[in-house]
Formats: sequence, C-alpha cells, structure tokens
Amino acid sequence: MVRQTIPLMITAIVGFVLVVAYFIPHPPFDTLREDFAIYFDIIASVAFILGAGNLIMMHGSKISKRDKSWGYSAVTVGGFILVLLIGLTKIGNPDGFRGSSVTAEGSYFDYVYRYIFRPCAATMFALLAFYVASASFRAFRAKNAEATILLLVAFIILLGRTFVGTLLTSWLPDSLFFLKIPYLAEKIMTVLNFAGNRAIMIGIALGIISTSLKVIIGIDRSYLGAD
Amino acid sequence: MNGFARFVDAIDKLDRRWVFLGVGLAVVISSMFGLTFPEIPTPMVKAVFDKIESLPAGSRVLLPFDYDPGSEPELQPMADAFVRHCAEKGLKMYFIALWPLGQNMVVGVTSNILEREYPHLRYGYDYMDLGYKSGNEGVVAVILTDLKKLYTTDARGSSIDDIPMLQGISSIRSFDLILNISAGYPGLKEWIQYAGTPGNIPVAGGCTAVQAPLLYPYHPEQLLGLMGGIKAAAEYEALMKDRFADKYRGHEEYLSALRRMGPQTVTHLTIIFFIILGNLTFWYLRRHRAQAKLR
Repeated sequence: MVRQTIPLMITAIVGFVLVVAYFIPHPPFDTLREDFAIYFDIIASVAFILGAGNLIMMHGSKISKRDKSWGYSAVTVGGFILVLLIGLTKIGNPDGFRGSSVTAEGSYFDYVYRYIFRPCAATMFALLAFYVASASFRAFRAKNAEATILLLVAFIILLGRTFVGTLLTSWLPDSLFFLKIPYLAEKIMTVLNFAGNRAIMIGIALGIISTSLKVIIGIDRSYLGAD
Repeated sequence: MNGFARFVDAIDKLDRRWVFLGVGLAVVISSMFGLTFPEIPTPMVKAVFDKIESLPAGSRVLLPFDYDPGSEPELQPMADAFVRHCAEKGLKMYFIALWPLGQNMVVGVTSNILEREYPHLRYGYDYMDLGYKSGNEGVVAVILTDLKKLYTTDARGSSIDDIPMLQGISSIRSFDLILNISAGYPGLKEWIQYAGTPGNIPVAGGCTAVQAPLLYPYHPEQLLGLMGGIKAAAEYEALMKDRFADKYRGHEEYLSALRRMGPQTVTHLTIIFFIILGNLTFWYLRRHRAQAKLR
C-alpha cells in the first residue's frame, strides 16, 4: 500500500505544482518549479550510471552465454570500459589530471573522439543517402492517385532544395512566378506542411494533457508497474 | 515475355548495389569536379541573418550546440557561419550543450575558428563555454530563472564568478538572442518551448533538413528564422560572402556548405532518375501483364 501511495502522492504534488507554476510564476510555485527541475537534472545524471550498468549487464550476459553475435557485445563493452577509463583518468591530458578539461586537445580522450568516434558516426549517417536512394527506387511508385501526389511533391521538394529547381523554371515569366519550383517547394513546406504539422502538434498536445492528467490524479498507474 | 519486357523486368528487379554505385559515383564525381551553384537566400535564412546583423556590438548571444558527429557534415557549416558572423559583429558568444558530444562541437569551433581566425578575441571576455549538462529541457527550465543554480563552473573548470562576461547575468533572460543548432531532441523545439516563449527571448537557429518540417509551425512568432540543412547553410554562406567580402576573399574553405551543394544537387538528380526509372518499369510491366491477361 505504502509502496504505491507515496509515489502516487509525489507524482500528484509535483505535477500539480508544475502546472500551477506555469500560470502563477510567483513564490512559492516558481521556486518549487526550479527545485523540481534541479531534482530532475540530478536524476537524469544518475540515469547515466543506471544506463552504464544496464549496458554492462545486457552485453556481459551475451558474452558469458556466447550468444549469437557476442563478439559485437565484447567490442561494445571493451570500447565502453576503455573510453571510461581514459576519460576518468584523463590519460595524456596536456595539463595533467587536475589541470584541464577531459576533452582537452591532445588528450587520449580527444584522440578516441576525433579518430574513432567521429568518422564512424559520420559514416553511419552518410550511409542514409544510399539507403534512401535504394528505398526510393523500390517503393516510390505511382500506384494510385495518393501515391502520385506524394511522388510529385517529392520531386518538387528534391528539385527545390537544389539550384536545379531554380534553373529549370527560370525561363517562366514573372507573372507565372507561382509555377517556379523554388516557390512551390517553399509553399509546400510553409503552407501545406505547416498546416498539417500544426494539426498533428495540437492533437499530440491534447493527448499529452489528457495522459498527464490521468497520471497526476492517479488513474494511470502503469509507471508503477500496475495495470 | 518478349526481349524488351524481359529487359524492363530486369531493370525492375535491379540489384540495390547498382543504386548504391550510382549514388556513390554521383557524390564522388561531383566532389572531384568541385561543382558549385549560386544560391539565392530564402526569407527564412534571410531572417536569421538580418537578426544577427541588427544586433549591436556587445550583444549577448547564447549558442546551444545540440548535435553530434553524426550530423556534423550537415550542421557544421552553419555552426561555423554563425560563429564567424557573431565574431565579425563583435557579439558576445556563450556556448552551451544539451547533447554530451555537443561539447566537442563547441571545442571544434573555438579552436578551429575563434582561436585561429580571431586571435584578438579573448576567452571569458568575448566568448565562453558553459559546457554540457544532462537534463535536457530541465536544464533550460532552470537556467531561464537562475543560471548559477546549475552552472557553477564553465567547461574549462573556471568558476562562473571569475568569468568577466558573465558578470551581471543571472539568467538567460539577459540574452539578446538564442541561436541554436539542433539535430533532434533536445534541440530547437525545447529552446523555443522552455526558454524563448516563456522568457520572451528571440530564438533562431538551424537544424537538419529532416527536422525542419517539424519546426516550421513555430515561425514567425516563436522562431524568428530557421535554417534547414546544408541548402540553408549554403544560402547563409552566400549572404556572408556578400556582406563580409574582404574576410571571405581568397578563403574558399569558409564556403564548405556551398561546396557540398554540388554533390547534393547531383545526388538528388540521381535519386530522381532512379525514381523515374522505377516508375517507368512499373507502368510498363503493369500494362504488359494486363495485356497478357486479356490474351
């Protein structure tokens, strides 16, 4: 009973104060909101330790059981421990252990970031272009009216995001400016997309309000592990 | 199935590695030839540029770098252009990061741009780095009312009280502009919702092209201007090149976004070619199969 009541009360009080503080930004609500935000930041920092523990447990278990693809887990755990040690001990830092930031230029941490993490991350992101091209070739087919409209919009945006769009319709007279590809691309993004996105955002906001209210007043207790 | 239909069928079932090769060649060849195209600034990009231009020297600009190396090729050119613009205008730059690796991005611009190109600018007087803090929008909510409650030292370990350019600043409400570079969550949306709107602080920024459609609804009331992807960065560079002609003359390395637009243009055309090819084969085979059924 206590295990459920106390978390429910904490949730209700914090939720209520944060909602009220938005409309009454005066003491004691504004100071309470600030304090709660700081508690959140502290919890978020502690979550890193939980995350690290979880990572070690998950991958450690895979390694010990010699699961399929356990080698990748070994690389993950090895990389994690190596970078953690380099960061904590500030190995190679030009000003020693106490003198400089962990990311100081010339430190081993900086080398790992600069010569391993950075190129790997950029490579992963760059691969997207290849997969987008392949997926477009396979899936972007004008099978019906909706798909055809989608295809036309995609063409306008793709061309409008480059100088080719300007070039292709530069011959149009000024009276037909509304047919120029960059103009069309901009209008699609700032009018059609704008309206659609705002509608989605308002819908999501209403959903969040109702879900939050359910949590604050204790109807939704799923975060406690109950139904 | 006749010979031509078999050929079309083969195109329809084209191995995706040929598509990869096509895209790869498009990028490599256009990069090799150094293709560049002129850029005409769009109103959204012009709005960001004009806002920075309108700020008097000494104005305070908060620069949250909320991205990491994954989106660095797309966002770094606009980050560089923002920093150069602020430095040229004599604005005070306060860097901050809500992404753990955003801190490294800040170190990159301070060492590559500020220390090399503007050696007269002094750390702590003209620019400073507040560093990374975990807590996402929670951090923004706190520093909106009390900066020193969360930040007692800067990223280099110096006490906040010892940093001259932080004297007299109690919260980010004292800033004249928030200029965010965002690759996702937390990012521009959180700075608008938790700092810009409640604190009445002007917000502008740049983001990845895929993120831009989600941020357009905040323009113009809550977001002064938005730069989406490398195209917007190229437009910004074109504006910078015109405005600071002396600084940019003979420095092609400052125009990295304009250079990247060449490969992007050719790659977009390659993708359009593959889409058209896919649709032609699709229509032909659908018609061919319908006729075969009738027979």
